[in-house]
Amino acid sequence: MSFDDAYGALTDHDDDTRWAYGTGFADPLAGVPAAIPPGVDRAALAEYCLMLGDDALIMSHRLQQWVTLAPELEDEVAIANIALDLLGQARLLLTRAAEASADVAPAPAAASSAAAPAPVAASSAAGDAPVAASSAAGDASTGARGEDALAFGRGPAEFRNVQLVERADADFAHLVARLLAFATWRLAVLDRLRDTADPILAAVATKAVKELTYHREYAAHWVVRLGDGTDESHSRMQSAIDALWPLLAELDHEPSPLAPTTWRPEFNAILSQVLTAATVAEPAAAPAESSAAAPAESSAAAPAESSAADASLSTEAPDAVSAVDDAAEMSLPGATLPPTHRGGGGGGARAANFEISPLAESGRDGVHTPALAEILDEMQGLARSVPGGVW
Amino acid sequence: MSPSAAEVAATVTDPEMPMLTLADLGVIRDVRQDDGGVVVTVTPTYSGCPAMDEIRADIRRALAGAGFDAVEVRTELSPAWTSDWITPEGRAKLSAAGISPPGPAARRHDGPVPLVLGAPRRSIACPQCGHPESEQIAAFSATACRELRRCPVCREPFEHVKEI
Repeated sequence: MSFDDAYGALTDHDDDTRWAYGTGFADPLAGVPAAIPPGVDRAALAEYCLMLGDDALIMSHRLQQWVTLAPELEDEVAIANIALDLLGQARLLLTRAAEASADVAPAPAAASSAAAPAPVAASSAAGDAPVAASSAAGDASTGARGEDALAFGRGPAEFRNVQLVERADADFAHLVARLLAFATWRLAVLDRLRDTADPILAAVATKAVKELTYHREYAAHWVVRLGDGTDESHSRMQSAIDALWPLLAELDHEPSPLAPTTWRPEFNAILSQVLTAATVAEPAAAPAESSAAAPAESSAAAPAESSAADASLSTEAPDAVSAVDDAAEMSLPGATLPPTHRGGGGGGARAANFEISPLAESGRDGVHTPALAEILDEMQGLARSVPGGVW
Repeated sequence: MSPSAAEVAATVTDPEMPMLTLADLGVIRDVRQDDGGVVVTVTPTYSGCPAMDEIRADIRRALAGAGFDAVEVRTELSPAWTSDWITPEGRAKLSAAGISPPGPAARRHDGPVPLVLGAPRRSIACPQCGHPESEQIAAFSATACRELRRCPVCREPFEHVKEI
């Protein structure tokens, strides 16, 4: 392969596996022992991997939609790379979810070969001794079916991602606000999972922390640049933060017993640091019907409709955004930053959370805005029209 | 004497940075050869690195070409790959190709990962003209593992392999 010959570099491989539905791309956990350590609750592990994997998968898809729409080519490259990192995390986590429990995965598509086993191979090898690594080919087939079945075979109610990640972005400021919150939250959560009992989840978390550090930095710099920029960019950044705020309460509703409970102070500190540098005001509370919580300058900012990016997304953004905002206003009160919602962790803290967010309106419970169905229509279109297709 | 499996695996090049072998890049963690065949253990650079499947296939192909038929490529996720694993030879090859090699990865301290806003970053020299300073154009580049920079003297843009 010649480094100077891009065409040659792309075409001189005699295998044609490509990272796409039905093209036989190998299991991301190929050759990794699939054993679940003793003492790890398989169902809980599967559910939590599914939640974290769905967060990454849907956020990745939303980021991908910005490629060709971002302000500058460099930002499209950055956004694509961040989306790629998250897609990689999603593949590992969904594969692990399917290994941990068959119950999280739908049956393989009907059109696939009759001999296809259930998507989970690991359940029969659940001993504490490390399983002998099966052949890479065997791993690839079961693993790929596991992640594919989960990504392409579920409906919206079966997805466990938080609503924060499915939300459409009204403009670029909304995107970087959402990415800042997502990367800050995920970094704080995964950092606390580096020593979790399951070695695969721990390894994925350890790796992801390094990647998310770059994602958070990218988003934070843009929030500061826009917030501390022109009057126009400032007001739009403030509007984006105001719109983001009601969505943050959902992050405290974490039903998994494996979920860390101490991430909030770190999250709050980072967001305060960024918003202070950006000269953007922290919304005092979730903006209910009253606009009193929003600073005067931002209340004057009409929803932005002038930029190219904005116009390009406008076909789908307004409905989705307003649907999310409506849901948030009705059901996600109390997203003020400074208080630490979770006290000591464990069941008590979780009970306290329900007092703060007495909602069943969380993506973690399968409750989603119409935006998720739109995303899945696009993402699953090929898999739905050619179930089990291979090419 | 024909080369060992480890020697063959070490010569396979990275699909996205073909001036580097997998050994230069530090992704080959182990090569074991016994009566049952060859087991190569690799560690991915990034969670979403789309080259990993190509890398596995390239390893199998190279070893098959050298007469090793029973080849298994295993993935080892922990410890996570770090740019510190790029060998001195690999760094020299990157520089020769006009790509700035990574400095030492940040040491992890106790407590939360700090967010540094706007602080001056470590000096990164221009691999073209050797000027000791450069400016970042973009935090990401053609691959997730590289960023885009520009030299203020020769004005050439260049890529820098990120510390991770």
